[in-house]
Amino acid sequence: MWVKCNACRELVYKKELTDNLKVCPKCGHHMRMSAREWIDLLDGGSFSEMDAHLLPTDPLGFVSLGESYAEKLVKSQQRTGMPDALLSGVGMICGGRLALTVGDFAFMGSSMGSVYGEKLSRAAERAADMGIPLLTINTSGGARQQEGVIALMQMAKVTMALTRLADVGQPHIALMIDPCYGGVTASYPSVADVIIAEPGANIGFAGKRLIEQIMRQKLPAGFQTAEFMLEHGMIDMVVERNQLRDTIGRLIRLYGARRRPVTRRDPVEELIGAIPYM
Amino acid sequence: MDETTKLTEAQELTPWDRVQMARHPLRPHTLDYIAALCEDFVELHGDRRFGDDAAIVGGLATFAERTVMVIGHQKGSDTRENMKRNFGMSHPEGYRKAQRLMRQAEKFGISVICFVDTPAADPKKESEERGQGNAIAESILVMTNLRVPIIAAVIGEGGSGGALALSVADRILMQENAIFSVAPPEAAASILWHDSAKAPDAARALKLTARDLYELHIIDDVVPEPGGGAHQSPQEAITALGTRIRAHLDTISQIEIATLLNQRYQKYRVIGQYAEA
Repeated sequence: MWVKCNACRELVYKKELTDNLKVCPKCGHHMRMSAREWIDLLDGGSFSEMDAHLLPTDPLGFVSLGESYAEKLVKSQQRTGMPDALLSGVGMICGGRLALTVGDFAFMGSSMGSVYGEKLSRAAERAADMGIPLLTINTSGGARQQEGVIALMQMAKVTMALTRLADVGQPHIALMIDPCYGGVTASYPSVADVIIAEPGANIGFAGKRLIEQIMRQKLPAGFQTAEFMLEHGMIDMVVERNQLRDTIGRLIRLYGARRRPVTRRDPVEELIGAIPYM
Repeated sequence: MDETTKLTEAQELTPWDRVQMARHPLRPHTLDYIAALCEDFVELHGDRRFGDDAAIVGGLATFAERTVMVIGHQKGSDTRENMKRNFGMSHPEGYRKAQRLMRQAEKFGISVICFVDTPAADPKKESEERGQGNAIAESILVMTNLRVPIIAAVIGEGGSGGALALSVADRILMQENAIFSVAPPEAAASILWHDSAKAPDAARALKLTARDLYELHIIDDVVPEPGGGAHQSPQEAITALGTRIRAHLDTISQIEIATLLNQRYQKYRVIGQYAEA
């Protein structure tokens, strides 16, 4: 019935918290939501899930000293009801159609492995084919260690796939939610057309513990928060959860209401292709 | 030493042994390769935004009778040099300099050769403030659709996103004792088992050797090193790699650019293993 806010330690009535989109009514702290809960951002009943049939494997036969990768996957699947960390589909926001991906931090820290990369690549290609924008909602600890370099390479793979979206002139809007680190911060969301973050979300490349303990640097209060990222020019805006629908809906309308068709950047493609390389 | 003895010796090396060889301070580094393989190297400096990062070097040079843009992480061979080079750990300025040089290569129709040799991207507070995540992401993006041939050669440590930022290429070559890893083994062991001393186990589990990555179809070529490793006979290692880079460059230079870009797309698009229920 009652939930304790992690930020202000106050007890909040659960129903009141749900009605407030899991934002603490006492202090405004944005609590984490599961990928499924994020679907409520879309117009009611507009979401159709895609690529739910893609399942993780153990490509390296990862030799773990603790719990095996397979065991970890099964536990995470049971805990979240998801086959892997990323939920993908198409839906609408304020009547505008878009493709959507959402990470679920409860699934192995929403780490990016093969399934994450494939689902996101398919979402980008699907959005390009359908001529609709892509919204990615990103939270992650980084690349999934248990898939080694295959996981690292997903950073390049999804960036590749997103160029298809750029080719057809559709925007990629990235929403960064708490926490977002490592290989995810260092790839597709950081080069999105618009980057939005929730208030107080922790966003960075290297983790704070690494910087403090290994590099032995003192970190100021508010380091690597959404507000810090805004101040340093890394994101476009910090938007409260109850304003997200309106903001994203407006952006989709603005990008969609162009009067001129999108032209590719290189009209002399054939000419350049004919010049032999030095 | 004939091929058979070489192979037997190589098979006895553990992944952790190879990590040590990849990190050997006397192993040839990027500027050694450029000096030995290229002529007329003109180093270009700065990202035009903030500064010049000595952890990444780059510039124009002549390689195999053509002008190329060479870019690479630069480690030092001693402490003083390593302080200057930040141990090959690039700051955002380094990646942004690399992007500038790559765009320039595209502008002039010059092929790009990248030498990859970094433990990881610089993880300090200042790098975070200047957008390390964005810098790496931009580098990856620039390389995905750069309209000139790109070759990446891993000559030591290919560590994490910091290495990937110079490794999105039409061909990825690795020297036999080089490593390429999602994270440095110490960091992976710390993330996975909360104990960085378990790094040798992580090195084995991560499949970070050239041979492993060739079998996983991540890289295109494993370049042999002299017996005992590249540091035992740098000149031999450099020549062997130069020969392979030249061969690959000759091949991909023949490919029409639209086709090459499609091949580059497919090369990365198919990486990953999953089941379909």
